[in-house]
Amino acid sequence: MHRLTHLDRLEAESIHIMREVVAETQNPVMLYSVGKDSAVMLHLARKAFYPAPPPFPLLHVDTTWKFRDMYALRDKAAKAAGMELIVYHNPEAMERGINPFDHGPLHTDMWKTEGLKQALDKHGFDAAFGGARRDEEKSRAKERIFSFRTATHGWDPKNQRPELWNLYNARKNKGESIRVFPISNWTELDIWQYIMKEGIEIVPLYMAAPRPTVERDGLLLMVDDERFPLLPGETPQMRSIRFRTLGCYPLTGAIESEAATLPEVVQEMLLTTTSERQGRAIDKDAGGAGMEKKKQEGYF
Amino acid sequence: MADASSEPVYQTDALIAEDIGAYLELHQNKELLRFITCGSVDDGKSTLIGRLLYDSKMIFEDQLAALEADSAKVGTQGKAIDFALLVDGLAAEREQGITIDVAYRFFATEKRKFIVADTPGHEQYTRNMVTGASTADLAVILVDARKGVLVQTRRHSYLAHLIGIRHLVLAVNKMDLVDYDHLTFEQIVADYREFATSIGIAEVTAIPISGFKGDNITSAPSTNTPWYSGPSLIEHLEAVEIESTAAQARPFRMPVQWVNRPNLDFRGFAGLIAGGSVKPGDTVRVVPSGKTSTVKSIVTFDGDLDEAAAGQSVTLTLADEIDCSRGDVIAVADNPPQNADQFEATLVWMSDDALIPGRGYWLKLATQTVSATVAEPKYEVNVNTMEHLAAKTLELNSIGVVEVTTDKPVTFEPYADSRELGGFILVDKLTNATVAAGMIHFSLRRAQNVHWQALEISREAHAALKGQKPAVLWFTGLSGSGKSTIANLVEKKLHAAGRHTFLLDGDNVRHRLNKDLGFTEADRIENIRRVGEVARLMADAGLVVLTAFISPFRAERELVRSMLPEGEFIEIFVDTPLEVAESRDVKGLYKKARAGELKNFTGLDSPYERPEDPEIRVDTTRMTAEAAAELIVERLLGTWTPDL
Repeated sequence: MHRLTHLDRLEAESIHIMREVVAETQNPVMLYSVGKDSAVMLHLARKAFYPAPPPFPLLHVDTTWKFRDMYALRDKAAKAAGMELIVYHNPEAMERGINPFDHGPLHTDMWKTEGLKQALDKHGFDAAFGGARRDEEKSRAKERIFSFRTATHGWDPKNQRPELWNLYNARKNKGESIRVFPISNWTELDIWQYIMKEGIEIVPLYMAAPRPTVERDGLLLMVDDERFPLLPGETPQMRSIRFRTLGCYPLTGAIESEAATLPEVVQEMLLTTTSERQGRAIDKDAGGAGMEKKKQEGYF
Repeated sequence: MADASSEPVYQTDALIAEDIGAYLELHQNKELLRFITCGSVDDGKSTLIGRLLYDSKMIFEDQLAALEADSAKVGTQGKAIDFALLVDGLAAEREQGITIDVAYRFFATEKRKFIVADTPGHEQYTRNMVTGASTADLAVILVDARKGVLVQTRRHSYLAHLIGIRHLVLAVNKMDLVDYDHLTFEQIVADYREFATSIGIAEVTAIPISGFKGDNITSAPSTNTPWYSGPSLIEHLEAVEIESTAAQARPFRMPVQWVNRPNLDFRGFAGLIAGGSVKPGDTVRVVPSGKTSTVKSIVTFDGDLDEAAAGQSVTLTLADEIDCSRGDVIAVADNPPQNADQFEATLVWMSDDALIPGRGYWLKLATQTVSATVAEPKYEVNVNTMEHLAAKTLELNSIGVVEVTTDKPVTFEPYADSRELGGFILVDKLTNATVAAGMIHFSLRRAQNVHWQALEISREAHAALKGQKPAVLWFTGLSGSGKSTIANLVEKKLHAAGRHTFLLDGDNVRHRLNKDLGFTEADRIENIRRVGEVARLMADAGLVVLTAFISPFRAERELVRSMLPEGEFIEIFVDTPLEVAESRDVKGLYKKARAGELKNFTGLDSPYERPEDPEIRVDTTRMTAEAAAELIVERLLGTWTPDL
């Protein structure tokens, strides 16, 4: 008898999902955000199609405001996987110089939500893999693995197709596209354990190190480059910090930590008492229903 | 004995803090159990799940703070924490105060990881429960101790049993509200067992709990239920057998998802193993082709494996170059799954648009997708009373037993033996919505144990020897339209041109092969099906087959078209208006029918459905039979031009 652990079963399920998408859609793409979930998803894709490279490109919808370490790993990981990397910048956001300091929620809306829609439309992708997990957030918990979007990329939570067994209905109506979440059933702890077990390279920012920081609006922000506008009286201070999630550096709060190795990070995570997305400003807009509302508008 | 209010027993803080390495080792080797919770509105289901998450430290401080604020605002538990708010995710539901869709939750104990499908108890949401149950190993059926076994309790139990869940837990909740009364508990359990036995549920574990207070959730017995001697809910969840482990004892099957061909030297078959295990050197059979080979290697990113088993996603290479593609099943050679194009199944209808018997739906089973039709239901099951009711169709959330016919054979196993090869979905061809879930009972043809013999001489070889491309020329039209006359002329011309032909004539076939058939609708359909099968065999032998049958129904003609390779079915519509055909009345049949001596006569009291887009149409009011035959032959031999 072959005893399968929970990680074995999650891995097999994710691989099965990816192969179904490749078999049943015309032009799939993998959204790659360079975070730890993306790293696991990419690793699973390499396993699913080995010895062939994954038969689809990676798409990074960039905001130009990611951490420098993220850009470095992004290019390296795509190359190691033997996959084409498409980097997309919303030209309008670029032209108007949209940034998180001056434009608030418009920054996420234009670079990410609009940028993603534009990139998918431009390349005609009919299926996009995303690294969202159901344990992250309440509205994610109800989303299907194959989640359909209208021609305008909207999500209708009341009109989702039932998903039975491991049978996925990938048939689309004209103009529709599919977001596919192959790691839906993974938890944060599963992701960390898998990264350790498989030796997957992740952005060093997940591990604690002395970094220049300022404290603002209750968030501990890292001054990653010279574009960070310091307020009068603010001077970056070196603190030992790490990140639980990675987004645009001016929007992502760090935590003070001494956990410099993976086991220490996991240890700290397990003993901690705040949830993963707590450091993200995005979930808190529009009250408790922030993420659900963003998804209906087309945010991934 | 544990106090209900004491700390949960599966806290692992100490180990995490002291030896993270040991903790990770422990956690990494946990198994995964998937279960579903079902209960009526107000049975306290969300509260129970909230409690499980809370006790296993899956709720963090910031979530708890939000929860406390929400509880004070909209909660139903006074000042206490309303765990239900934690799991009722979507904004609309928070306002209605009920869960209305399937949500998945995650928690872990010392021994196992769990995925919980939280499904609604509301009347109209049978489809959600079936969806959540389809991947579950176990079902927790919640009953309110104050209310006992309700209609909904029976429905949930029936559905869980129907979907093949072998482990049922009867959780008698809200024991705190009946003063933890032993007799109340025993009475509910006795009621439930009587019902469960009547529908064939063998194993039930009954546990008295309070999701709100925490009794018998993590440890048992609670000080409030000293009379209870069984396991706590968590202890039970940690002990039951997991389905994928059971699947490993079955014969080997792997539905092929995708053929991996990175270069000319590598050809691998990728799939998730549905049953049994496989080793290099094993003899396997590719179903439905029936060809056999041996497994050369089990390829993975982490190196070749010595063995792989049910639940693993792998890539197999075979020793021989045999045809195998998506939809095929690689199986142990001496015990392969069956093939059938007709079977009996239970359907759970999941769409607002009711079942239309006879309409074509896409049927997806494992990695196969075929076109299928569903006959009028044999009966519908009343999910509250389990009574069988007569039904013409199936509406949203109704369950019925039906016969399903597919346009080509599918490889399957009864659902009772394999969820992976026995469960299917139906998809509406126009809206692409998933409209039904199906569970196969058995195939309806005697062919169930006949495997396709792989033939050494292929249909291509037969055709090549005759130097022609096989075809079926299907003449359709009213009685007296001139089908037989024109078909005869066409055959003579093709024969003269050196083609190997055969003409199947309606009257002649009815004298011999189909002499057992009459003219009812069912017999007419069977008549055409047999003719279609004979025509297909002859086309396989490389012949150009001509058939002359009224074949009034579009569906039957399309059925024969679907039996043949693309382009080999040539529909020839002999277009003669009714008055012209009736005025000819060569056989005197119209006269008889008009006199009422013939029933179900096409064109008079039985409809003729004109072909919508025939390959060839000949208008016999504008040309002679000879000219029509000439036109058809020219068209077939490729000498026809539109100018003629």
